[in-house]
Amino acid sequence: MKLVFERSKAGRGMDLFPACDVPAYDLPENLKRVVAPRLPEISEIDLGRHYTELAKQTHGVNDGFYPLGSCTMKYNPRINEEMCALPGFTKVHPLQSEASVQGSIKVLAKAEQILTEITGMDRMTFQPAAGAHGEYTGLLLIRAYHLANGNTERTKIIVPDSAHGTNPASAIMAGFKVVNIPSAPDGCVDIDALRKAVGPDTAGLMLTNPNTVGLFDRNIGEITKIVHEAGGLCYYDGANLNAVMGMARPGDMGFDCVHINLHKTFSTPHGGGGPGSGPVGCKEFLAKFLPGEMPEENNGTLTMGVPSESFGRVRTFNGNFLVVVRALTYVLSMGKEGIPEASQNAVLNANYLMNKLKGAYDMAFDRICMHEFVMTLDKLHHDKGVSALDVAKRLLDFGIHPPTMYFPLIVHEALMVEPTETESKETLDEAAEIFLKIMDEANNAPDEVLSSPHGTPISRPDEVRAARTPVLKYNFEA
Amino acid sequence: MSYIPNTLEERQEMLESMGLKSMDELFVDIPASMRAKELNIEAAKSEIEVRRIVEGLASENKIYKSCFRGAGSYDHYIPAIVKTVTSKEEFVTAYTPYQAEISQGVLQNIFEYQTMMCELTGMDVSNASVYDGAVACAEAVFMCQERKRATAIISGTVNPQVQEVVKTYCASRNVPVIVVPAKDGLTDLEGIKANLTKETACVIMQQPNFFGNLEDADSFCAAVHEVGAKAIMSVNPISLGAIKTPGECGADIAVAEGQPLGMPMAWGGPYLGIMTATSAMMRKLPGRIVGETVDHDGRRAFVLTLQAREQHIRREKASSNICSNEALCAMTAAVYLAAVGPEGLKNCANQCMAKAHYAASELCKINGISMAYDTPFFHEFVTKTDASEKIIKALDTQNILGGLPIEGGILWCVTEKQSKQDIDEMVAIVKEVCA
Amino acid sequence: MLPNDLKFAKSHEWVKELGDGIVEIGLTDFAQNAMGSLVFVNLPEVGDSVEIEETFADVESVKAVSDVYSPVSGEVIEVNEELLDAPEKINEAAWDAWLIRVKVSEVSSELMDAAAYEQVCAEEA
Repeated sequence: MKLVFERSKAGRGMDLFPACDVPAYDLPENLKRVVAPRLPEISEIDLGRHYTELAKQTHGVNDGFYPLGSCTMKYNPRINEEMCALPGFTKVHPLQSEASVQGSIKVLAKAEQILTEITGMDRMTFQPAAGAHGEYTGLLLIRAYHLANGNTERTKIIVPDSAHGTNPASAIMAGFKVVNIPSAPDGCVDIDALRKAVGPDTAGLMLTNPNTVGLFDRNIGEITKIVHEAGGLCYYDGANLNAVMGMARPGDMGFDCVHINLHKTFSTPHGGGGPGSGPVGCKEFLAKFLPGEMPEENNGTLTMGVPSESFGRVRTFNGNFLVVVRALTYVLSMGKEGIPEASQNAVLNANYLMNKLKGAYDMAFDRICMHEFVMTLDKLHHDKGVSALDVAKRLLDFGIHPPTMYFPLIVHEALMVEPTETESKETLDEAAEIFLKIMDEANNAPDEVLSSPHGTPISRPDEVRAARTPVLKYNFEA
Repeated sequence: MSYIPNTLEERQEMLESMGLKSMDELFVDIPASMRAKELNIEAAKSEIEVRRIVEGLASENKIYKSCFRGAGSYDHYIPAIVKTVTSKEEFVTAYTPYQAEISQGVLQNIFEYQTMMCELTGMDVSNASVYDGAVACAEAVFMCQERKRATAIISGTVNPQVQEVVKTYCASRNVPVIVVPAKDGLTDLEGIKANLTKETACVIMQQPNFFGNLEDADSFCAAVHEVGAKAIMSVNPISLGAIKTPGECGADIAVAEGQPLGMPMAWGGPYLGIMTATSAMMRKLPGRIVGETVDHDGRRAFVLTLQAREQHIRREKASSNICSNEALCAMTAAVYLAAVGPEGLKNCANQCMAKAHYAASELCKINGISMAYDTPFFHEFVTKTDASEKIIKALDTQNILGGLPIEGGILWCVTEKQSKQDIDEMVAIVKEVCA
Repeated sequence: MLPNDLKFAKSHEWVKELGDGIVEIGLTDFAQNAMGSLVFVNLPEVGDSVEIEETFADVESVKAVSDVYSPVSGEVIEVNEELLDAPEKINEAAWDAWLIRVKVSEVSSELMDAAAYEQVCAEEA
């Protein structure tokens, strides 16, 4: 497929700007751009077709089943998109007077009220633009708390080895050292290992619950207690919140702060990798450290005020605001009944699919799962030479986006499946049949799987070549 | 509305197929003491009800008929095709392109975006975006950290919010930050030189700067390089249609807030953090990068590459924690640049400058208003006045968003979107106030 | 068969004595095999000092990164710059593709001979 630059023809373009109706300004020579940028020169129809062609080579949630574990690829309601495109939201400057943006401030206040109720927190900032950004923000809260108490020696964050890679990376960015603790054989936190790891240098613990193998950690009350007794705080990574909304609240589990992913749990679209939004909620005692400005009520009007001991700012202005509008639209639609109903059905769908597959696929943990489950293809790989990657690639031929591969790291040849609540029984039945058919192929005609995919726009790309000799932009001279 | 397709009967059927009776049995792992009570939020609502509520909220915001405020968010024209393309469901609903075989559309787009960002800034390599221009700046500081060089110096002419974000990021990693105050609305190069040592990792400047003024970026980069530190330039992407690029000035890293490239102001986001660098710094770039390769059959293909820098592989040793970025905003910028083309971008930049200069000269004809600085500027400028509040208020009642009141005056912004008539109308109101 | 003139660390580096207190350090064939196709090597600079069991370099394949640990303490006197452009040389001939040459001040007491290292590999495989 042609690149947009290969469609460019000198002299073509669009008629966007009127003639300048004021005198031209003569820029001093030493400030002028020397070489013109080689941007495409292209007519509107060709530009439109270019992107239509790109769209055809892109698999989104609306193209088919997307059980990408840990990513909660649920349906993105259309009303959300219409609401966030309202001119009242899009055509507003971030530095307008507070009186002229009462609607926007109310969006933040309302979203905060609903999302803190769901998470069991007291306050929430919408500054963070993504999940990892939220983790970083939450960790800065923990840092600010310890420093405010004069605790400079609390420098370590405990992270289970099953955690998302962003957890340890965020901890380092926030200036902490990382203490990795191994998981117990059941995939949950090893209580003894945690007890040994905590101490006077513990700043906090980062945890997802349900964890990355799709299990709710039954010991969660004890876990957060151990950390608190050691003087640390507990951070809830909301990546897996879709399993427990309205069923259990991180605040009640003993967590002090959380981030949630509006682009996972709260139905805002992923956009091919963003923009997301990773608001951070916290208990009241941490609220004074929150970054940026927070909605406050003053005699009936809303204003934006900086918390008294704010640690600063992690993004300009008010975060990815339009994403918050989408999420608010969603939680208003769902309401107090719909929120737990979504989680129940997410868990139902995961168990239903797992149950259909478990005769043919080995489950990493064979018990009732939460919103996702992890299969291990270790035996298949060993016996037939067919890996998790191969099975994933074969799924592409059937229009299914593969599950998350090779995560969590504690499971060999892992495929992590998260169907979400917005898939119907028929979709799950069809997917199960395809998974079973592929397992059958892997056992009886492995070449079909090993050489897959067969029906996609490209076959498997050469990633080694891409990394060894990086070509990261178009070569105009070629 | 719950968007769940399965009926109650089907759910029951599914449960029974697993030998279960109720949903509750699926949640046995949650200790009873931890089960949530009914949520204290409103009941579920129909689409019509939700629309009424959210439209009501939107209507409580004021939309101005013309906007003369910038300071980090800019009111530019957004071509119709931009919204059409970026609303395509495939792009909107896809995840990060981990599966290259069914994600060539997104991957090729990022590759095209990277190419355009390199062309725009005159740099060698680009990543696939970060959260916004301020975070791009902070990440750029981290790129420059070397064993014996940690200190970051920021010119006081950098946008205050960007300064704040950089300081927040640096504080947590114990990176020393020195802010060198502005001098006459420009970077105090002598002041910066006085702070440069062999422990300086990098120095950050903004072009055009927060006051709209155009800096001597060449001398800045040369001075920074003299002690072996890295020069980071934070730029306005539209200005690069006319103004010397970071590459041409000798910068090591260019960062930008990409919002002017087709994104609405939207009360602050989603925006786009642009990051480009010299090829020497390629492996220090944070976040996703797309590379060209071939598939098994020799066809051109695009993949996420250099992933070993990233958090999902390197965990606590990763150069950054970034995972999701602003992919759809990056696509927006790419479609915008393809729509305007090289001539359109130049035209847009020139019109911004011409209109800002026209507005400045008209405003300065008014008694009590004068330019704060005698320096070339792009599309923002500061006028001295002691009637800021009155001026902004008068404009507001006429449905015009005036410039941003700052210490000693008003920071104005004029883009290609404002016509001569819009400017004249604004000036007339200001004149009346000052009369 | 493992070369007999080398010593091995359990973290899969090999050491070759060049005389005059200078050694070469490389990655073992077992290590490169476990990593798969290498795409990038990060090496120290001449003049840097290395410490026993501390990391001095890292190697990348497409989906993994490994630290390389020093079996000796001393000063780096030469780095194999060829590898920066062609990391695949480690995959092709691990025993020839040395990473750095070091003027040694101390050698780890835990280095193994070929037979002992072979056993380590057999256990890990």
